[in-house]
Amino acid sequence: MQAFDWDFIVGHMNYWLFIVLMMTGFYIVVAKGNLVKKIVGLNIFQTAVFMLYISIGKVTGGTAPIFPLDMEVDPAVTYSNPLPHVLILTAIVVGVATTSLGLALIVRIREEYGTIEEDELLKIEKEIALQDIRQHSEVIGERG
Amino acid sequence: MATALAVVRAQSLFATAMLSGVFSLLSALLLVVLDAVDVAFTEAAVGAGISTVLMLGTLALTRRFESPPSHSPVLPLFVVLVTGAALIYGTLDMPNFGSATAPAQVHVGPDYIERSVEEIDVPNIVTAILASYRGFDTLGETAVVFTAGIGVLLLLSGLRRRRRDKKEDV
Amino acid sequence: MRHHLILRVITKLLIGTIMLFALYVQFHGDYSPGGGFQAGVIMAVAFIIYGIVFSLDDVQRVLPPWVVHKMAAAGVLIYAGTGVYSLFAGYAFLDYAALSPHHPVHGQHYGILLVELGVGVTVTGVMVTIYYAFTSRTPILDDEAW
Repeated sequence: MQAFDWDFIVGHMNYWLFIVLMMTGFYIVVAKGNLVKKIVGLNIFQTAVFMLYISIGKVTGGTAPIFPLDMEVDPAVTYSNPLPHVLILTAIVVGVATTSLGLALIVRIREEYGTIEEDELLKIEKEIALQDIRQHSEVIGERG
Repeated sequence: MATALAVVRAQSLFATAMLSGVFSLLSALLLVVLDAVDVAFTEAAVGAGISTVLMLGTLALTRRFESPPSHSPVLPLFVVLVTGAALIYGTLDMPNFGSATAPAQVHVGPDYIERSVEEIDVPNIVTAILASYRGFDTLGETAVVFTAGIGVLLLLSGLRRRRRDKKEDV
Repeated sequence: MRHHLILRVITKLLIGTIMLFALYVQFHGDYSPGGGFQAGVIMAVAFIIYGIVFSLDDVQRVLPPWVVHKMAAAGVLIYAGTGVYSLFAGYAFLDYAALSPHHPVHGQHYGILLVELGVGVTVTGVMVTIYYAFTSRTPILDDEAW
């Protein structure tokens, strides 16, 4: 491979673009403490994966995979690969369903703990665990 | 791209929700360019419509601002950069964008395009594959959507009733 | 929301159009982009916009929650029922040729229509269910806080 293979670079630019997008979403999920923001990051990640899939199915000079209405198919016309479209179509709807499930969990967490920040949640969890241990050790101590 | 970066920076969750809607709409435009009209349609309706509404619904039930980050972003940034580099290394072997001889194009895809004319006789190949060739898949997806709906229902409405019962006990 | 007159009038105009468009997308999905998933979402949006601009009580008078729950289940039932029917008619599960034994290609058309209907009904039901679940909780913030 030469140092500047323009064909190669331009031909792979789409993958790199989507990977950068994916990593943006990933960064939000890992680095941000707010749960709603994590879900948004997950959505960005998800959409980037969708676009990566669709871009694999694209054929240069191809058109959308819909035949003319009279079903007289012109063999000269190339169509893009319809299979990724089908997979991603269903994935989007399932994605929004799972997103709403995540948001519902967040609402419940907020109602139980009064916060949706990861750090504060961990702190509260720790306190509850410590209290539990104290209680149990008292019970064990009485028995002993 | 810029929208995604803005999401990283925005402190107001309201702005985040709106920006994610904008991001969905832009990606739908990109999908049209990539010939996936069906997918773009879904993305525009779902991503920009329903998701944003649900996001705002959640915000109304929780809070509007995120607290400033408490730990340094260096470690996450490092993890993300390493993962991204690994993925980009993986793409080096991929075929060029739009190549008609890519492995993804030579197996089932053209087969569906050729056969669906006489076997299904429906102009929209995506619909033909979705409902007929891959009917099992779609049945599964429908079941997943249904299950998610039940899950949300259990989480958000069932427990409220229980709490009301508790109050009556007291 | 009493004073948002323009919003309410425009919404009333739009809802009919949105529903019509949803039905078009649903039943014209064979010929143009569209299908059960998209149609379901658009139909749900029609109800959700009514719920947002007016109130949850108004939309629940039109479409009570129990109807929506039944819809979500009925869609999966239509889909699976099509498969079971073709099974009993002596074909493979979800082989739409069973719906029209003399014209297998027509059977495919009927099959796709039925299955897409099932998908559409489920998606509408689930999306509206989720919306109801989220909005039926008492919000902490009032309108002015936005």
